Amino acid sequence: MAGFATGAGRPLQGRGGSPGFRFALYAIVSIAFMILDQRFNWLERAHYALQAASYPVELAVSSPVAAWRWVQNSFATRDSLEAENQRLRTRLRDLELRSMRYDALAQQNAALIGLRSSLPPVAQRWLPADIVNIQLDSLRQRVLIDRGSLNGVTPGQAVLDDDGVVGQTMHVGPWSAQVILITDPEHALPVSIARTGLRTIAVGAGDAASLALPYLPANADVHVGDVLVTSGLGGVFPPGYPVARVTGVRKDTVEPLAHVRAVPFAHLDTDSEVMLIWFRHDSPAAPLQERNGELTTGDRNIQPLAAPVKPQPAASAGTGATANESPGAIHNATRRARSGPREGGGEAQDGPSKATKAVSKSKTPKTGLPKPAVSKKPEPPPT
Amino acid sequence: MSSGSPRIAMLKTVVGALILTLLPMPSWLEIIRPGFLALTVLYWSIAAPRAGGIALGWVCGLLLDAFEGPVLGEHALALAFLAYIAVREHQRIRSKPIFQQSLIVFAALVFYEVVLFAIDGWSGHPLTTPLRWVPTLTGALVWPAAAAILARSYRPSA
Repeated sequence: MAGFATGAGRPLQGRGGSPGFRFALYAIVSIAFMILDQRFNWLERAHYALQAASYPVELAVSSPVAAWRWVQNSFATRDSLEAENQRLRTRLRDLELRSMRYDALAQQNAALIGLRSSLPPVAQRWLPADIVNIQLDSLRQRVLIDRGSLNGVTPGQAVLDDDGVVGQTMHVGPWSAQVILITDPEHALPVSIARTGLRTIAVGAGDAASLALPYLPANADVHVGDVLVTSGLGGVFPPGYPVARVTGVRKDTVEPLAHVRAVPFAHLDTDSEVMLIWFRHDSPAAPLQERNGELTTGDRNIQPLAAPVKPQPAASAGTGATANESPGAIHNATRRARSGPREGGGEAQDGPSKATKAVSKSKTPKTGLPKPAVSKKPEPPPT
Repeated sequence: MSSGSPRIAMLKTVVGALILTLLPMPSWLEIIRPGFLALTVLYWSIAAPRAGGIALGWVCGLLLDAFEGPVLGEHALALAFLAYIAVREHQRIRSKPIFQQSLIVFAALVFYEVVLFAIDGWSGHPLTTPLRWVPTLTGALVWPAAAAILARSYRPSA
């Protein structure tokens, strides 16, 4: 060991006191940082600045890989380009064929929901983003993308690729943003099983290629091959986007919960380009938003219906149905609709209150077992 | 190399370690990738405790926090702690043969990881996979090579 030969004999007590004192100083500053960051969210601007400052370094580190990819692309042969062109043309034709029915379906859906105007597509704007090829944290599933707040990216924004859900943005800098993937152990995504409509939560399993469904009871109707789609709860993704396919179901008779594994549709480990999506918040299919602790639905005009008055013995059977549609009963009806079932009215007021219950339950996955809901078909991709 | 202070060599090696930390690698290499920045801080705290020391550890930790970690200040505290251990014991560590140094480095890295583990848990971002302890072992294993390489970056004129 030739290295350790610097200033061996000199005492350490120079400027700034003893090492113990200096360490205590730095430790206090660090802890203050952590508390400010964690409890009071005061360091959001610092995160922003750090994100901006670190982006050049990240670009520099990823540049050799990017350069190599560029060289590969520019020397691609004519044959491979033609093959790719052919493949893309086929895919475009397939997608166009598939989306041909979309308008008709959207109008049908609008008619079913009862809207007068036709349903606008829920995805309003999208922006492709490149994944910057660096390693952020080897055990957490995070990636960096080259779009930031200057492109209008906000924290908690949906990120998809052409096969399914990728994740959502976390820390956003001016030119870059960190994306937490759905396979991160800290990420939980409200999903529903497309076949049955059963709602549950998909949690990242920590490796690059699987999700776990830890909150399904052992008697839940789930099979290998079931498709998971987003359920629209949670406020980030609209309902119906494909997430994963169930690959393993293990039920132990002694355990109350089933062990379910699923593999995401999105190519999380091989993607180099992803899509950032902005959703139209007035669309009925928009994700639920939480503002000041209150959940709002996509359409403000849709309010819980008033509880109908107790049917008089003499009243005819038809009044219960017509009372629900009277416009005057709509105002200030939230409280009454919630206490509706206790009043013993008809079935109409059960709908909204059940929906709000399901929403609040899904927010606390530990206590709320998923309940079967009305089967929902996955929405066709936005055009 | 400048003979007065190893600051420039420090800066170079810190940047090098940061690049090694951020470089994309195949996933099996990612799991065993040692904490290069922690090793660098450890080396400079032992080799030049007056020039770098705890301040170097803290700044490097803040740099690391910019790229990873759930809360700002997590790596700063852990690396300052690592540097503090190394600065306190630098004379004892220096005099040991390289094999024993690796053992001490292993113990120091375990302390470092325990601090990170505790902060992860406290801040509500627990990461309980046993894989997180692998870099402490590989860090101790690559210590002889890392120390030799870092020693080449700066030669005191004495």
